[in-house]
Amino acid sequence: MTYLAKPRLLADVQPRNAIGFTKRDYEGAISTLCAGCGHDSVSAAIVQAFYELDIEPHRVAKMSGIGCSSKTPDYFLGASHGFNSVHGRMPSVATGASLANRELTLIGISGDGDTASIGIGQFAHAMRRGLNIAYIVENNGVYGLTKGQFSATADKGSKSKKGVQNADAPIDLVALALQLGATYVARSFSGDKDQLVPLIKGALRHQGAAFIDVISPCVTFNNHSGSTKSYDYVREHNEAVNRVEVIQPRQEITTEYEPGSVRRVMQHDGTALLLRKLGLDYDPTDRNRAMNQLHEWNAKGEILTGLLFVEEGADDLHHHLNTVAKPLNQLTQAELCPGQAVLDKLNAALR
Amino acid sequence: MTPVTATNDFVVKFANVNGSGSASANEMFARSVMRMGIPISPRNIFPSNIQGMPTWYELRVSKDGWLGRRGGCDLMVALNPQTWDRDIAELVPGGYLVYDSTRELPRSKFREDITVIGIPLTAICAQEFTDPNQRKLFKNIMYVGALAALMDLELGVVETLIGEQYRGKDKLIEGNRNAARIGHAYAMKHFTCPLGIRCERVDGVGDRIFIDGNSAIALGAVYAGATVAAWYPITPSTSIIEAFTGYCRKFRTDPATGAARYAIVQAEDELASIGMVAGAGWNGVRAFTATSGPGISLMQEFIGLAYFAEIPLVIVDVQRGGPSTGMPTRTQQSDVLLCAYASHGDTRHVLLFPEDPNECFELTAQAFDLCERLQTPVFLMTDLDIGMNERLSAPFRWDENRHYDRGKVMTAAELDAGKLFARYQDVDGDGIPWRTIPATHPSKGAYFTRGSTRNAQAKYSELGSDYVYNLERLRRKFNTAKELVPQPVVTPAAKPTRLGVLFYGSTSPAMAEALAMLQAEGVHVDAIRVRAFPFSSQVDAFIEAHDTVFVVEQNESAQLRTLLINEGEYSPKKLVKVLHYDGTPITAGFIAGAIRTAGSAAKLAPQQSHG
Repeated sequence: MTYLAKPRLLADVQPRNAIGFTKRDYEGAISTLCAGCGHDSVSAAIVQAFYELDIEPHRVAKMSGIGCSSKTPDYFLGASHGFNSVHGRMPSVATGASLANRELTLIGISGDGDTASIGIGQFAHAMRRGLNIAYIVENNGVYGLTKGQFSATADKGSKSKKGVQNADAPIDLVALALQLGATYVARSFSGDKDQLVPLIKGALRHQGAAFIDVISPCVTFNNHSGSTKSYDYVREHNEAVNRVEVIQPRQEITTEYEPGSVRRVMQHDGTALLLRKLGLDYDPTDRNRAMNQLHEWNAKGEILTGLLFVEEGADDLHHHLNTVAKPLNQLTQAELCPGQAVLDKLNAALR
Repeated sequence: MTPVTATNDFVVKFANVNGSGSASANEMFARSVMRMGIPISPRNIFPSNIQGMPTWYELRVSKDGWLGRRGGCDLMVALNPQTWDRDIAELVPGGYLVYDSTRELPRSKFREDITVIGIPLTAICAQEFTDPNQRKLFKNIMYVGALAALMDLELGVVETLIGEQYRGKDKLIEGNRNAARIGHAYAMKHFTCPLGIRCERVDGVGDRIFIDGNSAIALGAVYAGATVAAWYPITPSTSIIEAFTGYCRKFRTDPATGAARYAIVQAEDELASIGMVAGAGWNGVRAFTATSGPGISLMQEFIGLAYFAEIPLVIVDVQRGGPSTGMPTRTQQSDVLLCAYASHGDTRHVLLFPEDPNECFELTAQAFDLCERLQTPVFLMTDLDIGMNERLSAPFRWDENRHYDRGKVMTAAELDAGKLFARYQDVDGDGIPWRTIPATHPSKGAYFTRGSTRNAQAKYSELGSDYVYNLERLRRKFNTAKELVPQPVVTPAAKPTRLGVLFYGSTSPAMAEALAMLQAEGVHVDAIRVRAFPFSSQVDAFIEAHDTVFVVEQNESAQLRTLLINEGEYSPKKLVKVLHYDGTPITAGFIAGAIRTAGSAAKLAPQQSHG
């Protein structure tokens, strides 16, 4: 999807969310990615998710590394601060930003090269620390900006556009996130907005490390037959385990479900996740079973999507560090500097 | 052989095995001397190892107050058989050897020109104590007691210090005091006390405090309001974060909730440390990391980003021997160029050079003001000699009227009032733009941070003119920094001279002594201590006012001199190298010798000195 410049006047007649913002208020600059790029669909889903969650754009920080995916934070939430940082190092920058202001909603956008190759170390440690972030990988199995090299998530045996077969085993970021202790782990497909938007909403409302692996085909370098990250391949092999509905704290549950088909998971801020089971017998609150099922389906060449794991009552890095409720960047000199009297005592003890 | 005789002016060295518990006993000996009003200056010489390797504690006692390393040794407490031969060899003729004589050693293991004092420490301990752990540990305090007798230290001072060290643990206090008394009594009974080298109570310490530089930096960071520290363990910087953690627990715990007004994260590596610090600085807190050379090497890419994205942060580099793994437990000033031009592309960074713990405290606090005023990374360049050794220095002071300088941060009120916000535009002519902190205003002041490809409004741009605008503004900003950074300290010689010497950092105490030595010989040298890069105009004036300027450094390639030549375009001939780089702290003797030699070779010694 490519944004066309839209006339401003239309904004007045557009619907507004509970805090008075239109969807346009969550959009950003015009995308410079290729027409049909999966990443633009993810950006659109992010816009939708923030709009529906009634989050003020300026209370969000968009973090990214380097690559096609990492450019996208410029294309949504134009009224938020953003940080396009260093290749593979977004997690550390996001950690610092989170430490400085725990009230800021952090969304991290990365790619498979940025996260699974150069950035695998920082990804791993952000997950295990419980960084409070919605960490989205736009996973297409190739390096786009440098023109089509395999990335570390490319499946073994899959073919590049030039016909080269990938000999290396793939890194499954979902399996990794589960193993590392992420407390919200999902996989989705850029072509399935209905599935993706609620998953992003749930991740944004999750307090802790929330990870979504979004298979987002590269129309230019990895959308051919022989690729396992093409639109056609993913549509054919996608097995969704559940559908998620995110119910905000003061929102009523209006959808009706058959008894026994829905599991309710409460998040720290009072948001409820309603998980509607699909065909599979799948329990998203059991980390070990999730890992096993994931491996079984991977072995069959099928892609499990949906909310694959969520830990109820999860906590985050700030909880582990026992930091004060007030954001650190709002503490005053009086709250931070002990003053001369303390120094006099210290001096006396050092003689 | 005439035994050395000296009062309050000698070097004592303890040769121990590391992990044997000797460190606290050695320090107690040093503090006892200090409590008698005598200036001291100890240095740990230790291996990169936990247990079983040789370690030394070298204590200079100087009635004249010289705190630099002297070299040589007047009294050796040799307790490590592994290093026996070299320890004995290091004693000056007429020196004293104290050793554990439980096991007899052949005559050939000693020297004829020294006084040998054998105390059967192991045997006495075996006789006095039954617990094997006590037998081992009390041996250390026992030799402190014996030394007190041999060197006329007041035993009461030792006992007071034992009481302070083990406050609340009465059993330990009594045990240690007892061991000290046993050692003292043994020495009194078996030797003529005191020896030729001895202590005498004076008033030479004044109100000075005794602390290591790393702790002082940690305290400076607390006072400066740093709330985020991200780090990766590396010698010799690790104790900065350990001390910061301790001070924060004490002074930054919310009294009502017990929650922390700080966040300290031990990162997975130095890349993550600097990344976290950059993210935190960008988001409006004062953040820092502490590391050493290898860590700086790893941080290069992020330092470049922080420079160009104009993010305030502080990096403490406690320098050690390099390159590569180098000598992790030895001191050097060899990261000057690495830090000054860190990262690819055209970068220049602000460096501060503290001389002692007091300045470690003060310049750390200043570093946070500077990094926010200038919106750039600021490096605090210290080294192992300052960082990991306790040093007498002026007490810490904090002006209660001092306010943090948070720099040009645009507020919601200013944005509402219609003040123009363009993230990278120079509106004040000093090269420093205005910034906003995320979540400041619902509709104004947000911007997208990225590396080089942006214009003054922080919009994506690959135009050469936009890039050049930023680069030239950054150059202006760096010029602005020149007069904001700590200014140099000039010490004129007693008589007018065309000779100058320029130095920085931990060279300071050795330099003060060297200047006094040279002056006594009639060689007059004006001195300037550089405290920051970029160099202030005072540095230019000093170099211009002298025919020859010795540049004294603790590295092999004359790094600060390179910086002076590169940035100030001085003639290399005018700047004479004086370089010390074996990993030990530089000495006054070395500096004076180098200047003397260079001086006489070039016939620079002023003639009037004999007149």
